[in-house]
Amino acid sequence: MDVVIWSRIQFAMTAAYHWLFVPLTLGLALVMAIMETIYVVKKDEFWKKAAQFWIKLFAVNFAVGIATGIILEFEFGTNWSNYSWFVGDMFGAPLAIEGILAFFMEATFFAVMFFGWNKVSPKFHLASTWLTGIGATISAYWILVANGWMQNPVGTTFNPDTVRSEMASAQAFWEVISNPVAVSKFFHSVSSGWVTGGVFVVGVSAWYLLKGREKKFAMKSILVGGIVGLVGSGAVMLSGDSSGVHAAEFQPMKLAAAEGLRDGGRGAAFTIVPGVKIPKMLSFLATHDFNGYVPGINDILKGYTDNDGNVVPSVQQKMAMGRTALDALAKYRELKDSDPVSAAAARKILDENVQYMGYGHLSKPEDVVPPVGVVFWAFRFMIGIGMLLALVMLLSVWFAWKEKIGGMKWLLWLTIICIPLVYICGQSGWVVAEVGRQPWTIQGLLPVNVAISSLSVGAVKTTFFIFLAVFALFLAIEIRILIGAIRKGPELPVEPQNA
Amino acid sequence: MGPNHMKKLKTHQPFFWTLYRDGFRNMTWGRPLVWLILLKLFIMFAVLRVFFFRPAMAGLSDEQKSEQVGERLTSPAAIATTGTASPEDSQTQFSLTN
Repeated sequence: MDVVIWSRIQFAMTAAYHWLFVPLTLGLALVMAIMETIYVVKKDEFWKKAAQFWIKLFAVNFAVGIATGIILEFEFGTNWSNYSWFVGDMFGAPLAIEGILAFFMEATFFAVMFFGWNKVSPKFHLASTWLTGIGATISAYWILVANGWMQNPVGTTFNPDTVRSEMASAQAFWEVISNPVAVSKFFHSVSSGWVTGGVFVVGVSAWYLLKGREKKFAMKSILVGGIVGLVGSGAVMLSGDSSGVHAAEFQPMKLAAAEGLRDGGRGAAFTIVPGVKIPKMLSFLATHDFNGYVPGINDILKGYTDNDGNVVPSVQQKMAMGRTALDALAKYRELKDSDPVSAAAARKILDENVQYMGYGHLSKPEDVVPPVGVVFWAFRFMIGIGMLLALVMLLSVWFAWKEKIGGMKWLLWLTIICIPLVYICGQSGWVVAEVGRQPWTIQGLLPVNVAISSLSVGAVKTTFFIFLAVFALFLAIEIRILIGAIRKGPELPVEPQNA
Repeated sequence: MGPNHMKKLKTHQPFFWTLYRDGFRNMTWGRPLVWLILLKLFIMFAVLRVFFFRPAMAGLSDEQKSEQVGERLTSPAAIATTGTASPEDSQTQFSLTN
């Protein structure tokens, strides 16, 4: 394997590790805030203790997950330096806002939430708990603005003098932060975090019921966690629908790979598993029209006409335009000081072809095809597990409401099994999103092989295995601390025997 | 300085200072977590960042960085392996789904 593959594996591992902590942070934040709200409204000490227990688990997850995202920024500078320079102007603003918000909002309100039970009023404490979660959620938005821009690079123009994609105006900044891909990614990611939090709370509570412990706490937690998981599942489906439409519009190759669709057309069928299809469903999901046109991999390679009647060039044509753009860029940089007139002409050619500039780096059209099998199956894991989780959350809420869940061992065990499944589901979603857009670091503009730094394979391998060891160690510590805290259980107020 | 004066001084300490100070002092199960965070930050910033993750363009001016990336973008060597599926791989993978 070459340095590009090792760097990609290292980045993928770091991002996947980071995503183990983020969704639970987002989901548990909502659960504990709801429980504390009930405490403040009802003034019932039980809900305070229940909230404190989930805050404790939130704190463990937060402590181990904190700053894992910063390692990604190390890798940007070391492994992906060309990419970092190329996107520096555009990434600067959202990542700076994210850093400031993450630091000031989360650090400030987390401290009040964690240390302030006896120092501030219940309402102030409640506000701090909500603001901790809201701070984490807003942080996620800025990260996903950066990610969304890589998938659909809007609002920026390529500056051949600096060799960067730059935001030229306040309007451009608005285009970047309102990028439809970023918006749908944000709702999809945050709501998947709610599902993770809900499933975690329900699963842990189910374990108490199986052990015959903390029955009231477990039943109430299943209700709150289950409703959060259920609402999250609904929001994931809605935002997933929106993500599908955006993929069809901005990244049709990703959608074609996710469907294993070699040849597209109107009224395209959705493949549940190979050989089992729902007629016209893919067209409906991609275009909201049962007869909408969905291009397959071969159509994208050869060129096609989209639903709006626009002719999309073949990849071969895009490669030609990309090479024209790169030649013009080289000429512009060579002549800009010595021959301004020729440089201006080269600049004009560059501007006319710049949207395909990245294609100029490809050696053959098939380079734009991502690993179809990986994306296809990851997509099915995500959807299949996601639907199972929604069903389990529904059953959990229903039977907890009816106060029957305590006797349903199969359902209790199923909810526990759902804890690892929700993580597989979330990771599969990121595999679809990121592997599905290969070979691009920035869609159409910069492929991975040009984004990479000049590094030796050995150096990347060394850091990869160091990370693997460090990450495994911290994950093992977190799981051990979490299990210890769960075994100890909540410190609930003693209730009268007849309660 | 009498005890009353000390008490008065203490009440003038900033809220967030006392919040953090008393919070850390009274920690029970959270104490290992703080050590865990400090250990992790040490590994990240004092070991990994210093010895393994030196930015590839550290020390270059913005002009030099532009020049270097511009060279990379326009160099013929930029046309290399992309790490994506070969046509043969793609055909094999298609057979899974069609």
